[in-house]
Formats: sequence, structure tokens, C-alpha cells
Amino acid sequence: MTCDEAQILLHALLDNELDAGHAREVEAHIATCPACTAEFTAQREMKRVLADTKLRYSAPASLRTRIEASIPQARPQPSRRSVLRGFAMGSAVSALAATGVVAVVLRQDDQQRILSEVVSAHLRSLQAGHLIDVVSTDQHTVKPWFNGKLDVAPPVIDLTAQGFTLVGGRLDYVDARAIGAVVYKRRQHIINLFVSQTASTEHRPPKTQTMQGFNCRRWGERGLNFWAVSDIGGDELAEFVDKFETAMKANVEG
Amino acid sequence: MPVSDDFQKAQRFREAALPYLDDVYTLARYLLRDASDAEDAVQECYLRALKHFDSYRGPAMKPWLFAILRNVCNAEYARRAHSHAAIEDTPGAADQTPMWQENEASPETEVLRSRDAGAIRKMIDALAEPFKETFVLREINNLSYREIAEAVGAPVGTVMSRLARARAMLRAAWTAEEEHSK
Ligand SMILES: [Zn+2]
Repeated sequence: MTCDEAQILLHALLDNELDAGHAREVEAHIATCPACTAEFTAQREMKRVLADTKLRYSAPASLRTRIEASIPQARPQPSRRSVLRGFAMGSAVSALAATGVVAVVLRQDDQQRILSEVVSAHLRSLQAGHLIDVVSTDQHTVKPWFNGKLDVAPPVIDLTAQGFTLVGGRLDYVDARAIGAVVYKRRQHIINLFVSQTASTEHRPPKTQTMQGFNCRRWGERGLNFWAVSDIGGDELAEFVDKFETAMKANVEG
Repeated sequence: MPVSDDFQKAQRFREAALPYLDDVYTLARYLLRDASDAEDAVQECYLRALKHFDSYRGPAMKPWLFAILRNVCNAEYARRAHSHAAIEDTPGAADQTPMWQENEASPETEVLRSRDAGAIRKMIDALAEPFKETFVLREINNLSYREIAEAVGAPVGTVMSRLARARAMLRAAWTAEEEHSK
């Protein structure tokens, strides 16, 4: 870990936002780096003083009264309903602002937000020349590489015989967490298979969604969440997922 | 839609959104640095939130309200930029400070610390956007990184780097202040 990374991650450590593995990594860096130790200590002290200081404001009582009055609360009466309508129409919401609100509401949907992060991670992997951390077509090389980098190493399966070539693995970040990405190739097309641990062990059947022109097929199995992302067609991606799951089951049983 | 639905909706909205009034008002104060503008923005925020409550799908109410408040504040920034540039000047904001403390005076307010709180609020006010907003959402409104990302519509990684910048800037201002008062 470089100091630049540590100088950002030490805040996540202070805020208790890191999983155990990353917390250990940051702590290990701080322990051996005087500059980062100094910054960490100073920031911890500042955070302590801030927590002890009244920095919040209280809304004035008159504001609370005004807002409460604007929310309909009497018995249903036709006139009140038109008052509510009046508010809805009368408030100066531009079409643009309304669109903003819709976008925000969509972001609230956790699955959707994570899907968009997964697709962004796929895009990053294609653009930044950071497709693969460990280059190997051998599943016995790729799988151990993940050990120690993630709490649970993703399953790595060679599907070359089934028409999907294993090309390597990569550590990526989705939803503020490290996540394993296993990279496959179909002709000249890249498939990123993102795998993360989940608390739920229930089986979630595969489902394909399209985002920013990419197909993403996601499913849940054996306490893991999977997202396969690629620009190959939806049926080919479904075929990939079928082959992967068949091979997984054969592995587990065999 | 039957009339009673509107009232049920209003009741659900009241229970879900009103408990965060102080949070929303706090963010508005830091973003706008003006008590009466903050009141107007918060009222507008709640009106819009009520209007769009039908499309609200959760999970967290606080980031949703903050996101709406940001839209309202952005409109206010635009209005200020057109009407009177001087509103943004720091002296104007500094003039407000004694008034805030009078308004804030309450039995719970620690008298000894009230001066420190005023000084620290001023330092936070002076932070540049978008760093101030990220800092206030994390340190004062207690949002998780993920919730901040939702409220500001930026990736979590961006939130993390903004927060690190904000804290570094605040620490620098803090150190300068201490040197100055020696
Ligand atoms: Zn370091």
C-alpha cells in the first residue's frame, strides 16, 4: 500500500468503514510509516474534538410549524385535497429538478446501484489497461492468487473447452468493497465475472439486465453473488452462466 | 385516487421525514451559510419531498431528503450568482456568527465550548465545495459513505477522496488558527 492510498484509507479506518481485511492492511501500513502515523493520530484527535462540539443546528420552531402546516393532516375534505394539489403544482419545481429527483430515487434501489457500479468496474477494466492482475489461463494459478486478498476467494473455473477462455483475475472495488473479478474471453470480447460474498445463502435465479449497452447477468448461489458483464449478446452470456454453473456443480459433486 | 389515500400518504410522510428536520436544517445552514435562506430551502425541500413521496422506494430517508435539499440549494446558488455576488463573501457570513449563537443558546449548550463551536463552524463554513458538503454529511449528519454517495450522486471512491481532502483542509485551517491565537 502506498502512502497516497493510506492517506485516503486511514479516514475510512477512522470512520469504521473498512472490512476486517482492509482495516488490517491500513493498520499494517500505518504501523511502519511515520508520516501516516502522524496524520492518523492528528485526524483521530480532530475527530474526537469535533464529536465533542455542538456542530448541529436545531430547526427553529417556526419552521417546524410551517412545514407541519403544509402537510395535510385534517379529516379528509375535498377542499384540503385541492390545497395539496395546489402545493404540488405551485412549488417551483422545474422539469429538470424533477428529473433529478427521479434519478435520486432510482439510485436508492440498492440492486440497481450496485449493478451500475459493477458495469462501471467492467468499463474501467476495459479502459484503464487494468484488466488483469494475475495473467493465467490456469485456474490453479488464478484461484490461489485471490487467497489472502479477499475474505472469500471466488471460484475460478477454466471454461476453455466450453468456448470461454479463462485469461486471469483481478481485484476490483464495488460498493466500497474489494471484490474478485475473474476474466474470461469469448472471441475478442471480455467477460468480467464479479463475485462477492453475501449473507444470504438462498438461491437467486439468473437474471439479465442491460445497462450502458452492456449485458449483465446476475445470480446468487452458495452464499455468493455473481455478476457476469460483457458486450456479448444476452443469449451468449446466458450460455456462459449455464456452463459456469454446470461446471461448478460438477466440481462440488466431484 | 380516493381522498383518504392522500391523507394516509401525508401521515406516512410525516412519520418518515419530519424526524430528520434538524438534520436537513443543519446541512442547509452549512451549505447556504444564512439562517433565513436555510429556512426557505428546508421548507422547499419538504414540499418537494412530499410531492415525490409516491416514488420514494427507500431504503434510507435521510440521504433521499439530503439529495432533494442539494437540488434546492443548487438553485439558490444559481440565484445568488445572478443577483448579488457579495452574498458569498466571507465577511457577510462572519457577521452572522453572533446571531447563530444566540439562536442556539439552550440549557444543554455547554457554555464553555460555545465559543469553540462558533470558531469551528466558521472553519467548516470556509471549506470549499464539494468538500464541505461531504464533510458535513459524514461528520455532522453521520451518514455512512454509501449514504453520502447516494445523497450526492457520486461513487463511494469519490466520497472517500473528497472526505480526505476536506479533513486535511480543516486540519490545516485548525492549525493556522491555533498558531494565530498563541
Ligand atoms: Zn505512509
